[in-house]
Amino acid sequence: MTRVVLVDDHQMFRTGVKAELGPGIEVVGEAGDVDSAVAVIKSAAPDVVLLDVHLPGGGGIEVLRRLHGNVTARFLALSVSDAAEDVIAVVRGGARGYVTKTISGPELTDAIGRVADDDAVFSPRLAGFVLDAFAATDAPSVDPELDQLTQREREVLRLIARGYAYKEIARELYISVKTVETHVSSVLRKLQLSNRHELSRWAAARRLV
Amino acid sequence: MAPMPFTGRACDHPRVTESTSVDETPRLDRRADGRLVAGVCRGIADHLGLEVVIVRLAFSLLIIAGGVGVAAYIALWVLVPSRDEPAQRDWTQFAAYGALILGLSFLTWASGLAKAALWPLVAGGLGAAVLWQQADRNQRQRWLRTTTVPLRRMWLRSLLGAFLVIGGIGGFVAQRVNATEARAVLIATAVILSGVAVIATPWLMRLWQDLDVERRERIRSQERAELAAHVHDSVLHTLTLIQRSAHDSREVQRLARSQERELRGWLYAPRADPDQTLAAAVQKIAGEVEDDHGVPIEVVCVGDCSLTAALGAMLQAAREAMVNAAKYAEAPSVSVYAEVSGDDVAIYVRDRGKGFDLDAIPRDRMGVRGSIIGRMERSGGTATVRTAPGEGTEVRLELKRS
Repeated sequence: MTRVVLVDDHQMFRTGVKAELGPGIEVVGEAGDVDSAVAVIKSAAPDVVLLDVHLPGGGGIEVLRRLHGNVTARFLALSVSDAAEDVIAVVRGGARGYVTKTISGPELTDAIGRVADDDAVFSPRLAGFVLDAFAATDAPSVDPELDQLTQREREVLRLIARGYAYKEIARELYISVKTVETHVSSVLRKLQLSNRHELSRWAAARRLV
Repeated sequence: MAPMPFTGRACDHPRVTESTSVDETPRLDRRADGRLVAGVCRGIADHLGLEVVIVRLAFSLLIIAGGVGVAAYIALWVLVPSRDEPAQRDWTQFAAYGALILGLSFLTWASGLAKAALWPLVAGGLGAAVLWQQADRNQRQRWLRTTTVPLRRMWLRSLLGAFLVIGGIGGFVAQRVNATEARAVLIATAVILSGVAVIATPWLMRLWQDLDVERRERIRSQERAELAAHVHDSVLHTLTLIQRSAHDSREVQRLARSQERELRGWLYAPRADPDQTLAAAVQKIAGEVEDDHGVPIEVVCVGDCSLTAALGAMLQAAREAMVNAAKYAEAPSVSVYAEVSGDDVAIYVRDRGKGFDLDAIPRDRMGVRGSIIGRMERSGGTATVRTAPGEGTEVRLELKRS
């Protein structure tokens, strides 16, 4: 049973999500703004937090800032917009994935399960952005291990961007689903930790840092 | 600065005599049309319902009788708002300005000022003219409506005017006053100026702040109006349509998707031109196909480049692939991925629909072979179709940019 806290300022949306989530997921708490979210997450100690990006009181990023590292919960960001600045901000803030609110119930259930297992959840849009930000350039990298994607990681991301599910990617590349998950988690780590020039410039241009 | 009395200009009265409203008397303002210098006499004539010639004569008499008219004219010029009309200059106006300059020149020459300090006078006069032009209410409003760059120009002009005036005064002082006196005069001037500054600064500051607040408020209300107009034209309209077609879930979804895409584009997207760049063109085509066939199309673009003829053909092929997927695949959604990496351009159109047997398509069916594969080959690219019954379809288009 995966214990989940829903953080979203729209009551209607929370109700809708609760109704759509599959079996095996238990909603143990809800919150509609930053302060109550922090309190609920601390007291309910869920496995996964579904976190809306736009929240009264500083947004999802503020919840991440106050809690990341202090709680065992993993965060899956949820937003109505898939604007690149929203995506990058929450992922670099510590979310293990990003999905848009148009996601279907089964897909969301699947994504929650994956985040609970400490894997990453990349939407096609997020994969596209990462490919863009890590595009090969001549700029010298500070830390090659963090600042560049491997050929395999690139292939996996490209397939995600093309709309492939993990199972289909595994079949396409003749690797196991577990290996696909490892690659995606590795990309997530690079996205969170890299100080790659393009990434910071990109973030600076959108006033994120 | 009074209008010259010799012009017997015919004037038309804009008064509406039949009107019974309270506003029968025109408001006192300066008018751009039919004015000679600043439109003061013209405005007064309209306001009082007099012939403009009479007003001008009266002002001329006032000027001759001790110069009160000059002061009155200047005061009215500054205080009376001007009507916002395009100013038309004609020869009578030039004549009036000419006469004005002539009169001023004569005055300075006759009073001996010209001989004493000609250049300081000219410089000071020019500076004053620039500064006063600046103070023109109409002009100022025109600048306030726009943003920073003209504001900087306004400062520059003011600075130039002030520089000229100070230069003129300085020159005059240097020529007419000897060194020891100059010291005393300078000290006295400094004391007086600091006094004026102490009195005027708080007031000027407040004025400036008020102006700033007002400008910000105006910009905000303009934005609000624009947003309201947009929401009304698009979102409200779509919501009405959705209510009316509530029974047709497919149509409702199509309307909602279409509106969402439009609103998103308006809110977030950098305004790229779909006739110029590949990514914007792919988004646009996907949107059109989605609208026509009611199947959601998810688009992801990585990299971008400007369009060429060959890329245009590629886009046509991509459109055909999207239409096929939307029409025949019976898939809940279609994924489109466009990537520009160096010289390589690739577009993938994928669905998880029912798929088909490529070899079973009759040779005369144009769809896949002619519109997609043939088109790509003619442009020097390749098209690969991967499909099998029950497996979905993926069309892969690749092209090298030359």
